[in-house]
Amino acid sequence: MSIQCKEISANPFTISLGSIPLMDYNSFYSQTVQMMKDEPVHCVAYYGVEVNDDLQLICCLADDNNHNFRIYSTMLPVGSNPVPSISMEIPQLQVYEREIHENFGLFFDGHPWLKPVRYPHDRADRDSAMDNYPFYVIEGEELHEVGVGPVHAGVIEPGHFRFICNGEKVLHLEIQLGYQHRGVERILSAGLNGMKRSVICDNIVGDTSVGYALAHAQLIESLAGIQSEAAIQIERCIGLELERIAVHIGDTAALCGDVAYQLGQVVCEALRTEIINTTQFWCGNRFGKGLVRPGGTNYTLDEKVAVKILRVLEDVGKRFAAISDRIYTLPSVVARFEDIGTVTRRQALSIGAVGMAARTCGIRRDVRWSHPFQTYRERSFEPELIETGDVLARGLLRAREVSDSIAFITGLVNDRRGIRDRVSGPDYNLSLMPGSFALSLVEGWRGEICHSAVTDRDGNLIHYKIKDPSFHNWMALALAVREQEISDFPVCNKSFNLSYCGNDL
Amino acid sequence: MAGLVLVFISAIFFPGLILRTKSITSGRKGPGVLQPLRDAVVLFRKGSVFSTTTGVIFQIAPVISLASVICAILLVPFGHQPALIHFRGDFVFFAYLLAIGRFFLIIGALDTGSSFEGMGASREAFFSMLIEPAFLILMATFSMFTGLVSFTDIFSHFFITGDHYVLIFSIIGFYLFIQTALIENSRLPVDDPKTHLELTMIHEVMILDYSGFDKALIHIATWLKFAVYGSLMYNVIVPAEWNIYLQIILFLTVQSLFAIIVGLLESFRARNKMNKNPKFILTVSAIAILAFTVILILNLNLNL
Repeated sequence: MSIQCKEISANPFTISLGSIPLMDYNSFYSQTVQMMKDEPVHCVAYYGVEVNDDLQLICCLADDNNHNFRIYSTMLPVGSNPVPSISMEIPQLQVYEREIHENFGLFFDGHPWLKPVRYPHDRADRDSAMDNYPFYVIEGEELHEVGVGPVHAGVIEPGHFRFICNGEKVLHLEIQLGYQHRGVERILSAGLNGMKRSVICDNIVGDTSVGYALAHAQLIESLAGIQSEAAIQIERCIGLELERIAVHIGDTAALCGDVAYQLGQVVCEALRTEIINTTQFWCGNRFGKGLVRPGGTNYTLDEKVAVKILRVLEDVGKRFAAISDRIYTLPSVVARFEDIGTVTRRQALSIGAVGMAARTCGIRRDVRWSHPFQTYRERSFEPELIETGDVLARGLLRAREVSDSIAFITGLVNDRRGIRDRVSGPDYNLSLMPGSFALSLVEGWRGEICHSAVTDRDGNLIHYKIKDPSFHNWMALALAVREQEISDFPVCNKSFNLSYCGNDL
Repeated sequence: MAGLVLVFISAIFFPGLILRTKSITSGRKGPGVLQPLRDAVVLFRKGSVFSTTTGVIFQIAPVISLASVICAILLVPFGHQPALIHFRGDFVFFAYLLAIGRFFLIIGALDTGSSFEGMGASREAFFSMLIEPAFLILMATFSMFTGLVSFTDIFSHFFITGDHYVLIFSIIGFYLFIQTALIENSRLPVDDPKTHLELTMIHEVMILDYSGFDKALIHIATWLKFAVYGSLMYNVIVPAEWNIYLQIILFLTVQSLFAIIVGLLESFRARNKMNKNPKFILTVSAIAILAFTVILILNLNLNL
């Protein structure tokens, strides 16, 4: 069977909506199955757009080895009969199909469980509410259920975890999210001006502010057909890597806190503060809000900031190397991390894991390497890989990525100092190409962030879609805790540190 | 009486000293040593809130727990002053007084019907069951060593026997009492009193539903339990016939040292994985059995 799809190798890219190959659902189905059997191919976007009275399902796959995207679509009449589910053959599509079902009421035949995605209850059923949500149950005399959340003891976001345990051993974990659905995608496509859109994108996921803002900014620039200046590209990547360093160090602190290793916790907390204070010194916000804007920047990286960044990174780099060496060689800590919450390579591939969750299972999946964006296009980048897939691997990967990022930023800052041109300010009034589809991928600290948009005949955004790395990776957590002790759940959860608001949107 | 007052005084400073040690080792200034007491005073001024699913057991458990610890204190001698209550086999009574306090806290936790507290209760019951032999075997060793069967008699004769190996034995006893105290009081490495993660807690999760006055009672019972173990430790390393004023100073020093040791232990290591805890606790029992065997062999030797 011949494969009909449009191949694009740029990231971000914009194509006209009409150029996306359209096919009937049967060929769509078989083509998807055929292409996704290939290991490095994973889905970055699969969603429905209402076109007139029909539902157009657009699917975009990313091929890590060939460094390109493949995009194609199918058209179904609204209220059409159930269509066969692809998830049965390609499990990683299950969450995309659930979302399409949730938004458009389309049923997928053979999908094992059309569980709500972004709402804590079934959207189509008026009687269903959070309180009467039917959790998955296993019958058994000696089994018991433990429900945690949605309000947690720690300072974290709302999400409900329902464990089915046999004694201390977890048999099954059901994760129920959607408690903070804010309608982000709807707001972004509701005709806001460019500045408001940027501010919203800064705040969709608070811990990945720069990553989200960057994904949005490069999407808008791509839709406007412009490319940002070299200096700005470098600055954006410095911001992105600073965010990665800060969160990775903060997560290391939290991991130590969860196993009651006080020294590691307090030292890492102090180091994280150094990094976020540097970001604040640069742009006035510790989380880098307002740093990345379409078209230009408000906070150019001048000599003062450059010197400060270099100084802080050198200091933090040394101290973090020392403490992470201590943490990962201390027997009592290693005993808590090793062989806990293991995700196998096969599991990670089948659920389409991205970011750290994939790289700790030995899967080479990093947007900075596979689909380079901004200044990564001109630089060679090798992702760190670890094979074991346990909590220790996710901790060690953080330590290695921090030292890689520090080295990377040092190079970037020095390159930036060599550019003397004045950089332009943000442009919020870019006119977008009409009738287009655009997609942008960014490797945030958690993994691949995908923003995509569709414009109408007048160049207005009519559809905006966001995919957080947690969208796939929550499943990895559910698999990781199976057959584990329930008391190890918190440290597993923290080692993934997935986003609730990125899932709920 | 002096012993009783000293136990109460050291109990007041105990949690503060642990906290302060942990703060200093982590490079922070930390709260004053009396902060836990101030917190308890605040709690005492508040009322208690009871969940509607709980009954009378839940409400009386903190009082029984505190009362049992206070009774246990009365059994421990200080220097050459005998304990207020002493009789043959009083250390068995001591062990089960503490057990009854724990038993009530466990059924109080079950009374709430919460799955968290049920989990905590089951862990607490399991681990305290495992540590019980360690304490009893240790006391049996003391009995065999001195030929006496009450705290007061054992400790007042312990150092008079004049055998040179008494020092080694007192160090083993000191070590075992520290481990027992840490496990009984749910400290690192078995439990983490600082954690906010309900799924990993043992003792803390059982008292989640207590508030105000009752919570203060439970906290105070924990401090007193620490202090009473501290005074047992003191008794095995300081001869009873020494001068009373020196004893008072030494007592407070040993108690502070104990608190600082706990603080240091908790600063530089991680806690155990939950399923490693039984092994860890059984190791403590194994050391007690080892001590017992050694003393048994030595005793047989001496009688020959």
